[in-house]
Amino acid sequence: MTGRIEINPITRVEGHAKVTIDLDERGEVARARFHVLEFRGFEKLCEGRPFHEMPGIMARVCGICPVSHILASSKAGDRLLGIEVPPAAVLQRRLANYGQVLQSHALSFFHLSSPDLLLGMDADPRTRNLFGLVAQDPDFARRGIRLRQFGQRIIELVGGSRIHPSWSVPGGVARVLSSSACDELKGWLAEAYATVDIALTRLKQILDRHTEEVEHLGSFPSLFLGMVDDEGRLAYYDGRIRIVDAEGNVVADRLDPGRYAKYLDEASESWSFMKHAFYKPMGYPVGAYRVGPLARLNVATTAGTQRADRELREFKQRSSGAVCASFHYHLARLIEMLHAVEKIEELLDEPELKSHEIRAKAQLNRRQGIGAAEAPRGTLFHHYEVDDDGLIVRANLLIATLQNNAAINRAVEQAAKRFVRADGLQEGMLNRVEAAIRCFDPCLSCSTHALGQMPLSIEILDAAGTVVDRLARPDQV
Amino acid sequence: MDSQGLKPRLATIWLGGCSGCHMSFLDMDERLIDLALRVDLCSSPLVDVKEFPNVDVTLVEGAVANEAHVHELEIVRARSRIVVAFGDCAVTGNVTAMRNAFGVEDVLTRAYRSTSAVVVGVPDGADGMVPRLLPRVRPLHELVKVDYFLQGCPPSADEIYTFLNELLEGRTPTIRRFG
Ligand code: SF4
Repeated sequence: MTGRIEINPITRVEGHAKVTIDLDERGEVARARFHVLEFRGFEKLCEGRPFHEMPGIMARVCGICPVSHILASSKAGDRLLGIEVPPAAVLQRRLANYGQVLQSHALSFFHLSSPDLLLGMDADPRTRNLFGLVAQDPDFARRGIRLRQFGQRIIELVGGSRIHPSWSVPGGVARVLSSSACDELKGWLAEAYATVDIALTRLKQILDRHTEEVEHLGSFPSLFLGMVDDEGRLAYYDGRIRIVDAEGNVVADRLDPGRYAKYLDEASESWSFMKHAFYKPMGYPVGAYRVGPLARLNVATTAGTQRADRELREFKQRSSGAVCASFHYHLARLIEMLHAVEKIEELLDEPELKSHEIRAKAQLNRRQGIGAAEAPRGTLFHHYEVDDDGLIVRANLLIATLQNNAAINRAVEQAAKRFVRADGLQEGMLNRVEAAIRCFDPCLSCSTHALGQMPLSIEILDAAGTVVDRLARPDQV
Repeated sequence: MDSQGLKPRLATIWLGGCSGCHMSFLDMDERLIDLALRVDLCSSPLVDVKEFPNVDVTLVEGAVANEAHVHELEIVRARSRIVVAFGDCAVTGNVTAMRNAFGVEDVLTRAYRSTSAVVVGVPDGADGMVPRLLPRVRPLHELVKVDYFLQGCPPSADEIYTFLNELLEGRTPTIRRFG
């Protein structure tokens, strides 16, 4: 029998996707693919718009990490102006970026993945969600909600609103940060540290019970890519690109993000709206690489803050080379949250942060600008070309999740091969395939975006396309 | 109605948007815990229910951009007592509709044919693996009857809370109307 199992839609991920699992004659998994089903075409729809509008338009690529898009976009705009951004604006942008990492990681861990991790992969799908967690462990759930709130509050106080703030612009930022705002934010720090600590302890405790998932939800060698500063420390706002291989050897270092097209490229396939990025010298598909929390911890020599460095040293001991288990994205995300809280504390003590000199003005001086930043899910590039009037003639976005596309596909296939059996199909098996995807915290809004709820039915077809078996989620029975 | 069914049944879905309206929903922060006691979130990208059930209220984020959205929206309309256009994309098409100035082929070419070094295929829906894009992105009310329009990009968490609270208290929310 050959056949196909379809999981549609994938839930508790940001955006819409489905998985198809192809079976061979023996009913075993031959291939599995991750299909992204939504597309909005930002690279085209911005054509003809003034570059000053780009941060506002590009924020709408994604409501989860709008600040990352605003930053990459403003940085590309800074390049078009050819000016130096005032230090206070840089500090504000960094602060908002850490707020973003914090809120987005909190969302991924507490709201989306902890139902799998704490309630169980096989828990009742009707309650395997944030509200189920609220019922079972209200204190933990409330802490998660409040940690995300802290990240969002940073963005709100710095940028003026939580989602799509119109604040960072080519040349700097448009708002002065007040002392009272900084004081309020400092008041959140103790609770944030405590929550991250509790989450780290909880996650490490359950790792023992998840050895199968650690081994089979996307554990394989690959390249890893991320930005670091000149000392090899984590860098989210600016830095240079480093690539390491599975053994942890540095394959490339100090690459200029502004020249990304020299070493990174993309491939398109008909079965997904999400493209596949690859490292040019190795070609497609061999040059596939991973980005985001796991990749950043693998490329960084140190975190550069005390508490996160303690965790990072322990993390790096999990493998003699790079940590290759995608399940450890969760742990990496928590370590990054700890680092973000430390950096937020540091930044709030910078006197320059509240300076009124926040924006440099200039005419258009260049025809091409590239801006890059580390978004919660990985390295993000915005690339604009403008005409004499500053209107966009060409835009290219290289988005974090898209760079994980090949790895997500591999993880899905590995999980399907390990956990899915066509005879005796169970919901928990499929949830593990979805959990493999959740490790990466993919943002499909970014890489394209979302479709609504579709009925989940898993139909097993024979070679002639006839339905030989059908399985529905419990809520449908 | 199911066994849990005495609480009002709420659903949220996203069509062609950016998830920002859903993030603003989460920005209700601790009020979510209070809400969880008062409503049953029956279906949403945040929960694992895959079949769209019968509900009292559905918040629909995003514009109608592809064939699957049309189908989805029809299901939502048929199974919801109240349909809310949730955010500017749903209300007017907003940023998602900016592609209407260009043809679908142009948009796909820009995104896939001319920016990829390797083009194994273009996701135009021809092989049935992804939905076909509509020639024009449309707001909800062009396709189905919409009961409330919650404006904003995104609507603020306070607005969402006030709106839901009014509905839960059995009042008719007074909100800014579109059109
Ligand atoms: S209305 Fe704004 S926030 Fe909501 S989905 Fe559309 S672009 Fe995103």
